[in-house]
Amino acid sequence: MPETLAATAAAPRIRLTRTPWGWWVAWTWLGAVVLAAVFAPLLPLWDPTIPDYRAVFSGITPSHWLGGDTLGRDTFSRVVYGARASLLVGICAVGIGAIVGGVLGMIAGYFGGRTERVLAWVTDVVLAFPGLVLIIAIVAILGASLPHLIGGLAILSVPTFIRLTRATTLVVAQREYVQAARAYGCRPLRIIAKEITPNVVLPVAAYAFIMIGTFIVVEGSLSFLGLGIPPPTPSWGGMIAGGRAELLRYPHISLFPAAVMFLTVLSINYIGERTRKQFEVKESNL
Amino acid sequence: MAAPEAEAECEVVLRLDDLVVEFPAGGGRTVHAVSGISLEVRRGETLGLVGESGCGKSTTGRAIMQLPRPTSGSVTFEGRDLTTLSAAELRALRPKLQMIFQDPISSLNPRRRIPDIVGDPLLVWGRGSERAKLVPEVLTAVGLDPEQVADRRPHQFSGGQCQRVSIARALVLDPEVLICDEPVSALDVSVQAQILNLLEDMKRRYGLTLVFIAHDLGVVRNISDRVAVMYLGKICELGPTEALFDHPVHPYTRLLVSSIPSMETVTGADIARADRGRGEMPSPVNPPSGCRFRTRCPLATERCAAEEPLMREVAPGRIAACHHPVLATAAEGV
Repeated sequence: MPETLAATAAAPRIRLTRTPWGWWVAWTWLGAVVLAAVFAPLLPLWDPTIPDYRAVFSGITPSHWLGGDTLGRDTFSRVVYGARASLLVGICAVGIGAIVGGVLGMIAGYFGGRTERVLAWVTDVVLAFPGLVLIIAIVAILGASLPHLIGGLAILSVPTFIRLTRATTLVVAQREYVQAARAYGCRPLRIIAKEITPNVVLPVAAYAFIMIGTFIVVEGSLSFLGLGIPPPTPSWGGMIAGGRAELLRYPHISLFPAAVMFLTVLSINYIGERTRKQFEVKESNL
Repeated sequence: MAAPEAEAECEVVLRLDDLVVEFPAGGGRTVHAVSGISLEVRRGETLGLVGESGCGKSTTGRAIMQLPRPTSGSVTFEGRDLTTLSAAELRALRPKLQMIFQDPISSLNPRRRIPDIVGDPLLVWGRGSERAKLVPEVLTAVGLDPEQVADRRPHQFSGGQCQRVSIARALVLDPEVLICDEPVSALDVSVQAQILNLLEDMKRRYGLTLVFIAHDLGVVRNISDRVAVMYLGKICELGPTEALFDHPVHPYTRLLVSSIPSMETVTGADIARADRGRGEMPSPVNPPSGCRFRTRCPLATERCAAEEPLMREVAPGRIAACHHPVLATAAEGV
């Protein structure tokens, strides 16, 4: 009898602290994609750029797990190598954007005044500029390549990170521990580094995660339009584009990379969103 | 001011002269948070600064710290006017002038450990090597066990303990003056007493001068040697604690004193009771002409609207800014 009582009393508490299974599924999928991308050259895969003419348009076969594309290249191998490009673009562009935007946002939020007004003006200009036009311009002038794509996307993400960190900094800078640090003679840049940065990192990281998902999709769209990573380097967007011509007869050529991209972005968004929520709860408890 | 001239000069550690702090309030309007305060704080004393919320007492405390710098007037600390110093010169003086704040939780960075928080001022001043010795010393002084708090972060402590950590951080640089901005307002009454006792102990041990800002008159009465009463950005009465509480001369001080919940009948309660219904403090954006208290003062006359009362000695040792000080009771008392 006491045992059942204890069990019913404990049940809701367990439910509150339990991590949903989706969390583990998302991490597992993401971990698998990242590991496969990182160790792709070590895996027993077909060369993603060399055609196997027996596998042109082929469906799932024992040697080609996800079939072959219009040129007979192994889809599974290309999905794995494509993950490298997609993840590299997403992580690097967001990483650069988060660091540059984060530093500028903290400076704007902490110092205020003219610095803030100039940064707000630049932010507005970049935000008002159509992102696609910027990327097309970069590709047209400098040529399509991985670094150009990363640079263009990083520029596009900077303003959002400036706004996010500026808003967070404004809140944190009002806290009395920042006042106290100023009172004992801590210099502004040290206050930003020691007192403000640790409080800004979490919301920025959570948002950056979601942003990575977005940029993977953006890279896909750009590659689909022929503005992304140039062939023969595989990328998910490029693969989807490559199957376009035979979409009605052989939909799997586009569908497999699309499905992988979909699941990856879904996992990233789910993890990012949940991290953000968890962080918000903690902040409100302070 | 109140003291005989001979002793006043050498002992004054902090002097505010016609201190003004104004903030832009949008639409071209200005918040007159502090409007011309003059004060002297003597070495070793505890000066209480009381007033209702929004009267500018916290702003005064921050203006002393030059956080932010006041709009006009001067703050003289050990003979140097802080308002005219360059940023570097001001920074060099900062260790001598420390502050503790109202919200004990918000006073400590939630992402740092207690010894890092308390040792940070030393690190800022290039005295990092002294942390191993000084941090445990000051933590022990404020009643915390250095070993126990070593790995902890602020959220693992109660408000009172956090306030002890704040005090430790303020004391680690061995300051001359400690400005306490409502340090016990956010704490339970029992903890309040502990923190007040701790401040008294620390004052003795470190030879501090305290500026104690609070809205709680009971607390101020307990800890202060002298008290300045603020109303709407101005000081209306200044005097030794006992005399000021027992026989307030300014009608506003009477109102405040009579509002202390008490078992006994309070002198002057009749005036205050009559006044209590007269509403709230006017907005500091548009303060009344003349005497700022006149809109709520039961003794106000036309003169109070036309002419601003200046701080003057209304009775021996009693300074107030009022055209109609309540002298009958003051005369009995002094």
